[in-house]
Amino acid sequence: MNINLTLIGQSIAFLFFVWFCHAFVWSAIRGMMEEREKQIADGLDAADRAGRDLELAQEKAAKQLREAKAEAAAIIDAANKRSNQIIDEAKESARAEGERLKAAAEAEVEQEVNRAKEVLRSQVAMLALAGAEKVLEASIDESVHKDMVDKLAASL
Amino acid sequence: MAAESQSTVGYIQHHLTNLTYGKLPAGYERLDSDGKVVEVLDQATWTLAHSGQEASDMGFMAIHVDSMLWSIGLGFLFVLVFARIAKRAHSGVPRGAQNAIEMIIAFIDQSVKDGFHHKNAMIAPMALTIFMWIVLMNTMDLVPVDWIPAFMAWATGDPHFFFKVVPTTDPNVTLGMGFTVFGLMVYFTIAKKGFMGFVKELTLHPFHSPKWYVNLLLIPINFALEAISWISKPISLGLRLFGNMYAGEMIFILIATMFGAGLILGLFAGVLQWAWAVFHILVICLQAFVFMVLTIVYMASAHQIEEEDQFH
Repeated sequence: MNINLTLIGQSIAFLFFVWFCHAFVWSAIRGMMEEREKQIADGLDAADRAGRDLELAQEKAAKQLREAKAEAAAIIDAANKRSNQIIDEAKESARAEGERLKAAAEAEVEQEVNRAKEVLRSQVAMLALAGAEKVLEASIDESVHKDMVDKLAASL
Repeated sequence: MAAESQSTVGYIQHHLTNLTYGKLPAGYERLDSDGKVVEVLDQATWTLAHSGQEASDMGFMAIHVDSMLWSIGLGFLFVLVFARIAKRAHSGVPRGAQNAIEMIIAFIDQSVKDGFHHKNAMIAPMALTIFMWIVLMNTMDLVPVDWIPAFMAWATGDPHFFFKVVPTTDPNVTLGMGFTVFGLMVYFTIAKKGFMGFVKELTLHPFHSPKWYVNLLLIPINFALEAISWISKPISLGLRLFGNMYAGEMIFILIATMFGAGLILGLFAGVLQWAWAVFHILVICLQAFVFMVLTIVYMASAHQIEEEDQFH
């Protein structure tokens, strides 16, 4: 229980260790820990920002989707309209074409009829001539009466 | 019975005596254990004390070799381990020892931030040093009391070789730290407030009067009160730690004396020693923490400027 030089020795050792701790331990470890704290804070910040960005992006995507849907609906609408229009037009043109064909056919038929009439007319003339020839064989001279018969045939 | 109790007392005394290296005056009569004069010194000599009596006769010019050895050794253990970790420390994911060290550092840092609101880069390292060093020195308490002394007695071949392994059971060590803290307190007070500020702090508190002639009367009273309050700080710091550790060590030694007293008592002593050691883990940490916190508080009060302003 004696008080002696140990007191001073301990004081010196204490001051030395405090200095050593200050110089080589404390600032190094605290600095490192602060650096890590900063890193973590930055990381959390970044995560936060990323979360916000994600939210924004999702909102944007949803908006674009909505727009796209509206646009698609408009396009489909227009296409429907257009197709109806095309169908109507097609119907119209088909009907016109039908009419035209029918008119042409009718004209042709008319033409055929006329031609048949023509042929018939000439043949009737021949027939009448032949008949008349038979009837008049004796009395009629072909060369004399031909003009008269031709006039008759032409009036058919 | 008398012989046995004598040897028990001797055992306890032996455990409570430091290995002392100091100066014996000329003409000093060295005695052996039976009280016979072995030699008379013809001149003042630096030597190892052979008995507690010699150690105390050496007076102030002596040093406790075992206390210094253990305290400095444990101090180096602390700073070297921490410095090694600090050197390899990185700010990535901490592992193993770095985790443990960081936990201690964070704990100390928090304690300092709670108690000390001024700018001084020395306070936190000082708190860390105090805490870790005292914890380590106190922990020597948990080593069974006979192991290291018995080993040293065997190693030196001297059955009476003194060797105390718990530096904090030496009042020199604890008071040494207490007075160093006191010195730093005075230093920081003067550095922060100037010498006159220090003098004012000692003489114008706690009683203060706006009239100078009343103050003249109050100054001696204030000085007496303040001087007591200042000087009691290092002493209470040192003696609190010393008292706790000394008492704990004493209990360990008393329990150890029971080991020789038969099987039943020996087993009982074993249980007691275990229980006391478990309890002492608390004391070890608590005393280190108290020393550290009080140091922080004292340092904070040394940095506190112009307390009287708040009364005006």
